[in-house]
Amino acid sequence: MESFSLTLLIFFPLVGILVLLLLPNENRNTLRWTALIASLVAFGISLWVLTLFKSSNPNLQLVEKYNWITVAGWNIQYHLGIDGLSVLLVLLTTLLTPISILSTWTAVEERVKEYMIFFLLLEIGMNGVFLAQDLFLFYIFWEFTLVPMYFIIGIWGGPRRIYAALKFFLYTMAGSILMLLAILWLGVNGGTFSLPDLIQQGGIPANVQWLLFIAFAAAFAIKVPMWPLHSWLPDAHVEAPTAGSVILAGVLLKLGTYGFVRFNLPLFPEATLQAAPWIALLATIGIIYGAAVSYAQADIKKLVAYSSVSHLGFVMLGLFALNPEGISGAILQMINHGVSTGALFLLVGMIYEQTHTREFKVYGGLWKITPVYGTIMLIVVLSSMGLPGLNGFVGEFTILLGAWGAGQSGVFYWGNVWFAAISALGVIMAAIYMLYLFQKMFLGPQGDVVEETKKHGHAIRDLNWREIVTMIPLLLLIFWIGLYPAPFFNLMAPAVNHLVGMLPLP
Amino acid sequence: MNQSDLTSILPLTILTVWACALLLVDLFIPKTRKGITALLSALGLAVTLGFTVSQVGSEVSGFNGMVVLDGFSVFVNALLLVSGLLGVALAYGYVKRMGIERGEYYTLLLFSVVGMMLMAQAADLIVVFLALELLSIPLYVLAAFTRNKAESEEAGLKYFLLGAFSSGFLVYGIALIFGATHTTNIFAIVSAASTSTGGLLLTIGAALLLIGFGFKTATVPFHMWTPDVYQGAPTAVTAFMASGAKIAGFAALLRVFATAFPSLAVDMTDIFWALSALTMIVGNFVAISQTDIKRLLAYSSIAHAGYILMAFVPYGNDAVRDVSIAAGLFYLVAYVFTNFGAWGVVIALEKEAGKGLALNDYAGLSKRHPALAAAMAVFMISLIGFPPTLGMVGKFYLFRAVLDGGFVWLAIIGVLTSIVSAFYYLRVVVIMYMRDGEPTAERETWLDLTTAVTALVTVIVSFVPQFLFAWASEAVLKLF
Repeated sequence: MESFSLTLLIFFPLVGILVLLLLPNENRNTLRWTALIASLVAFGISLWVLTLFKSSNPNLQLVEKYNWITVAGWNIQYHLGIDGLSVLLVLLTTLLTPISILSTWTAVEERVKEYMIFFLLLEIGMNGVFLAQDLFLFYIFWEFTLVPMYFIIGIWGGPRRIYAALKFFLYTMAGSILMLLAILWLGVNGGTFSLPDLIQQGGIPANVQWLLFIAFAAAFAIKVPMWPLHSWLPDAHVEAPTAGSVILAGVLLKLGTYGFVRFNLPLFPEATLQAAPWIALLATIGIIYGAAVSYAQADIKKLVAYSSVSHLGFVMLGLFALNPEGISGAILQMINHGVSTGALFLLVGMIYEQTHTREFKVYGGLWKITPVYGTIMLIVVLSSMGLPGLNGFVGEFTILLGAWGAGQSGVFYWGNVWFAAISALGVIMAAIYMLYLFQKMFLGPQGDVVEETKKHGHAIRDLNWREIVTMIPLLLLIFWIGLYPAPFFNLMAPAVNHLVGMLPLP
Repeated sequence: MNQSDLTSILPLTILTVWACALLLVDLFIPKTRKGITALLSALGLAVTLGFTVSQVGSEVSGFNGMVVLDGFSVFVNALLLVSGLLGVALAYGYVKRMGIERGEYYTLLLFSVVGMMLMAQAADLIVVFLALELLSIPLYVLAAFTRNKAESEEAGLKYFLLGAFSSGFLVYGIALIFGATHTTNIFAIVSAASTSTGGLLLTIGAALLLIGFGFKTATVPFHMWTPDVYQGAPTAVTAFMASGAKIAGFAALLRVFATAFPSLAVDMTDIFWALSALTMIVGNFVAISQTDIKRLLAYSSIAHAGYILMAFVPYGNDAVRDVSIAAGLFYLVAYVFTNFGAWGVVIALEKEAGKGLALNDYAGLSKRHPALAAAMAVFMISLIGFPPTLGMVGKFYLFRAVLDGGFVWLAIIGVLTSIVSAFYYLRVVVIMYMRDGEPTAERETWLDLTTAVTALVTVIVSFVPQFLFAWASEAVLKLF
């Protein structure tokens, strides 16, 4: 079994899809349970993979490598592998998928079967991206993730869903199609599409490295999204159904940051070093810009969406600090963002399902009516703004440490320690907009929304059991990472050190 | 006539004889049971396909080098026969439903396939011309097959006039080439071109040939007839025309230029570059504003001609020629299956008197006919060039050939226009999945089967393209 554990992990949701296809459309609960069970089994498989994973080994593990297309001058392999850089992201994916499915139990009543099929397809694509070690295979998974997400936004989204879905698709495709040419160049000139082999060969001339770096970076930067390429994100997030937003923020954005670590850094080390201050500059602008724009939003979901731009700015800053602290902080922050922002989107979705509005101005004083909801929201808000003792703090602190170090060691050249210093302001701004969100919704006088909802024939209720169950794993992670992050860092440390060792640092 | 002559035209002979016999047999088939003619013509195509496949690996030239059978032509022949089969399958129910069911439909289709196959095998410019006429004349008739409909007549006439016009260019080009080299045999042209002094005549002649083929393959700026003809012709004919005529035109273009005019590559490469870029840009941009599915697919087929033309750009470069030919052939395969599938869905939704062809008539298809909508979504995604479909693998191969040849900017134009194309292909998906409506679709066994098979091929072969890759890369031109 171990020899094809990763294949099993990626493609197990196919079993769920086949079963779903055979079930009748009418029986919605059966469809939901089938999808939930399939995604839970996939989560189980990922835990099993975790037990097989040796964290002390910095190299790829559980490798599966078979010839795929090796005719006519092609050398493409079915090549999977997992290492410290990807193991946590895979776990995040398999955890967030069942949570998303659970969260849409009552929110999606139409075309449940197709909805569930698209979610499982999406899970296949996302895990494939994290585990593929062949550029061609990676590209297929990478592009494929767009298709189910496009349908999820376009069919089950809000009023402007078609516009948002199209924008999401075209924007992301525009970035990744240039990467296609870069992949072809690498594969044809290097004689193989295998990533580890290409990294080992190295020796890409500096001027070509630059072009290839930009082609890959364009694809990843749009996905992250880095300022100024972020304009698709608020549209896609606001219009997507709750579960779509959770996956979008939780995992799809990480595909971009993961791409930088997995491909740009080791494949183009010289170009990476030259680009570092520029990327750090964009990241810093993103941190401040995202935070400022978040504060200006009148729509709760939009606030959360823009906060992603800020948080992902931290991740990018950490990655391009190019030292172990920065990179491991960034990877942990990817997980943190997936957990915290995922949780925020879930919570916003839970109240929206009852009130059908997300305007701040109608909210207020909800804590009295929904104490459980308020408490959970408070925890998540504090986690997202980086309160010590919760997960966000650990990630951001490590990243700032890394960025400071990079400034001192000269990785950021002219940027010096300024990037770290300015980014630290972003943490304060996060506290402002996050507390603003909490205050507007839960404190102060009772908002109009309470009466408005009553007019629809039901009062605002507190969370039910299903909703609480949905939140529990995320809350546990928030505390666990915040109080005892060592196991998480241990999982990635050898791989991160190995990666940093490959860079020609000053 | 010796044995190699016979071998070289064996599939052609079988199909011609079969078509002639069918013409007679059809007289005895009652009017109400013309389905039998369809089945018999499909049988003929299948038998010929069997013989063609058995010829894989053989390399013969016959009739004093006027016709060749090499890996390239076997591959193209097989693809053409598959197109013919798919064309018959799509027509079977369609002609019945539209009240144009006559036995000649299928015989004409067979004759056209014969012309296309001859085109792929032609090694002499006179034979190229002969084949071009043989494939075109049945198509003119087929385009006007809905006699009582003005649009169909217009399509037939327009196609005929412009086709005749383009043949004029072709013949004039052949005459100039003959003047420059004293031969029409493409293998003899090469040696003559290297010694003769008629450089300018040869160049102009080759350029005129290119114009003639440009019309047939619908490349910009020779594409003006395409949308009108594709829209006016019966949809089953359009589907066949969009695949078959394109394959044959490109096959002949590739053979003639790669064999006879490598010495002109310096000039011609730039021209191909420009034609390819122009075709991709115009085809894709104009497609955006279409509201009729037939016109949309017509412009899409123009755009795809541009992508296929990319494979021609490095034709004079010995090092990349084989890769680019293989890439072009593979892309044609991807295009044929995707294209027939998409037209199949169009046929399923088309109603009497040209109804059911507006994009808005597809609203709500995913609820009423989920399988049909899913198939159409697969075809659209494949036309964009997105995984997991053949279209993506095809583009991957094609861009590789172009990059190998060093034409980075052309590749960049190719990928950028792909993004543009995503816009209008996705609009079809948007309308099917995200708008409400009550479309009705014709469900008919052969049609459903064609759509299902092409959709499955489009998806499944994209995961196991090895054998096609291998076959396409061995399907090299015979060069003397």
